[in-house]
Amino acid sequence: MSVLQSLRRRFRRRTEDATAAAAAGVGPTRVVDIDLDLAPNDPLVPYLLQAGRPVELASLELESPALQQLREAGIVMTVPLISQRELVGLINLGRRMSEQDYSSDDRRLLRDLASQAAPALRVAQLVVEQQQEAAERERIAQELRVARIIQQTMLPEEVPHLEGWHVAAYYRPAREVGGDFYDFIHFPDGRVGFIVADVTDKGVPAAMVMATTRSILRAAAERLEDPGAVLERTNEVLHSEIPPRMFVTCFYALLDPATGYLRYANAGHDVPYRYTQEGVVELRARGMPLGLMPGMAYEEKESTLQPGEYVLLYSDGLVEAHNAQGEMFGFPRLQRLLAPHDDGSSLTDYLLDRLAAFTGAGWEQEDDVTLVTLQRTPGERAWRIASAPGNEHEAVARVMAQLEEAGVALPSRRLERLKTAVAEATMNAMEHGNDFDPGRPVRVAVEIGSNVVTVRISDEGSGPPPGEAEPPDVEAKVAGEQSPRGWGLFLIQNMVDEINVIRTENSHTVELVVYLNGERGESNGAG
Amino acid sequence: MVLVEAFTATVRRVGPAALIELAGLIDGRAEAELEQSFHDAVRLSPEEVTLDFGGVNYINSTGIALIVGLLAKARASALPLAAVGLSDHYREIFEITRLSDFIEIRQEDSHE
Repeated sequence: MSVLQSLRRRFRRRTEDATAAAAAGVGPTRVVDIDLDLAPNDPLVPYLLQAGRPVELASLELESPALQQLREAGIVMTVPLISQRELVGLINLGRRMSEQDYSSDDRRLLRDLASQAAPALRVAQLVVEQQQEAAERERIAQELRVARIIQQTMLPEEVPHLEGWHVAAYYRPAREVGGDFYDFIHFPDGRVGFIVADVTDKGVPAAMVMATTRSILRAAAERLEDPGAVLERTNEVLHSEIPPRMFVTCFYALLDPATGYLRYANAGHDVPYRYTQEGVVELRARGMPLGLMPGMAYEEKESTLQPGEYVLLYSDGLVEAHNAQGEMFGFPRLQRLLAPHDDGSSLTDYLLDRLAAFTGAGWEQEDDVTLVTLQRTPGERAWRIASAPGNEHEAVARVMAQLEEAGVALPSRRLERLKTAVAEATMNAMEHGNDFDPGRPVRVAVEIGSNVVTVRISDEGSGPPPGEAEPPDVEAKVAGEQSPRGWGLFLIQNMVDEINVIRTENSHTVELVVYLNGERGESNGAG
Repeated sequence: MVLVEAFTATVRRVGPAALIELAGLIDGRAEAELEQSFHDAVRLSPEEVTLDFGGVNYINSTGIALIVGLLAKARASALPLAAVGLSDHYREIFEITRLSDFIEIRQEDSHE
């Protein structure tokens, strides 16, 4: 704020009867506040700055509205208060009480007074300005707190817990809270609606529009089935309620968790990505942002997520983040980062980690960052195999066929190891767990994750898990000091990356784990 | 379709050695045939018994136990044993189980 602006405002204060006083001329004992409008370009300003001393107004010839105003108020002399070459105030004097002219002593006194008063006044003005600025800052901070509270109140408290799915959500507001939000809508038939949206503008206005949009979307989603219709309806209602020049981008998808079937529509929001075994695809659907104009239609698309696949919904706070060199994070970078992840949490953590590495330390987040991932957990296929000698080959064949079908690429050597492990575990289950009882089959299940294959082999045995009592010692065996048998568990342990034995009241499950990126590597156990 | 191949073992003399050509699956069901073939091989009074695993596509832990039985027999009659035609996978298993300490593994191909 310039000194003159502050001057202008301060001069505007007036006593209740100042107008009357001005009209009647200032009486000898009256003190009045004059509502002086001293514009920055008034010629009186440079004149007084130049003069730097008490000035009698009668002799001035200036085209100055302020001068005119002072004269009308009965001012005959003005003393400029100048601090650091800036006019910070005026001491305005009416006629002397003695009706005589101001003497040279008066002038000297006034000049001395002005030289003392000017810096003091300037200090006082600065203090007031600072107080005003602090109050403004507090007002903004308060507004941000309100915006944040509105936003956080509106965000779901927890993510949906769906059988066979992993849902993760992350939201981090920018300092100046943006208008991001996400929502989950649960339907009685088990389907779940996923919403990610971004309101233009920031702070309280954005938060208010966000709250409104969320309510309209929820109401529309409960009445209408099709995502396109939901967005169409929301647009109609929102258009009449949203302030001008504001709008909302929004992606809405309806998921059937039982089948992975996803129907979606998009109102101008950043296009979500779907990660598949074959690569990353965009979930594109045409549609204008919500609230811009009425009568909009929204294209509806569909997709079915396979086990291990995921969808990433996000907001522009991620892709439009800039690093210190002014480079943008961008869509191609995001797309490249979408690799296999065993669950959504690790994906969001990974993306945030990459974002932090990109922006570097000391980054002030420009906009809200929102990430929502829905991943269909890697599926399990299972078979029951009769407990009879030789049927371990069937177990091996089933597992291998499943790996082939899923396109799992394991080096042949690791594949051979897994075959041996599956065969041995199945033999153990058939023989020791189920006593080769044809009525008690062995269950063989395969779960293929993005980076891991897990084979679970369960028998229906009770008691301690099957296994060899002592570790095999070939020397002792060859010397006849140990039974030549007892190699099964030892082989299994050496053939896979991990082995877990899970025991329940009436079953044992041996879990064989192989990592696709080769945690154990290709190194040969015996060198 | 699951492939189940009967186990066969054929014995013949090759120079100073008795060669047992093994084929099929070496599991519990191979026991009698394997024992008989070793017995036949020893009767040839060879300087060495060579087991040819070239036709073997599966050895399970019971099969390993049967081979351990042969190692014990060979040791008792001070007869050196050698293995040829082992796949990479079963060679690895012979090494992990330390069967290779008692049977010389010969690779026809260059060692990888």
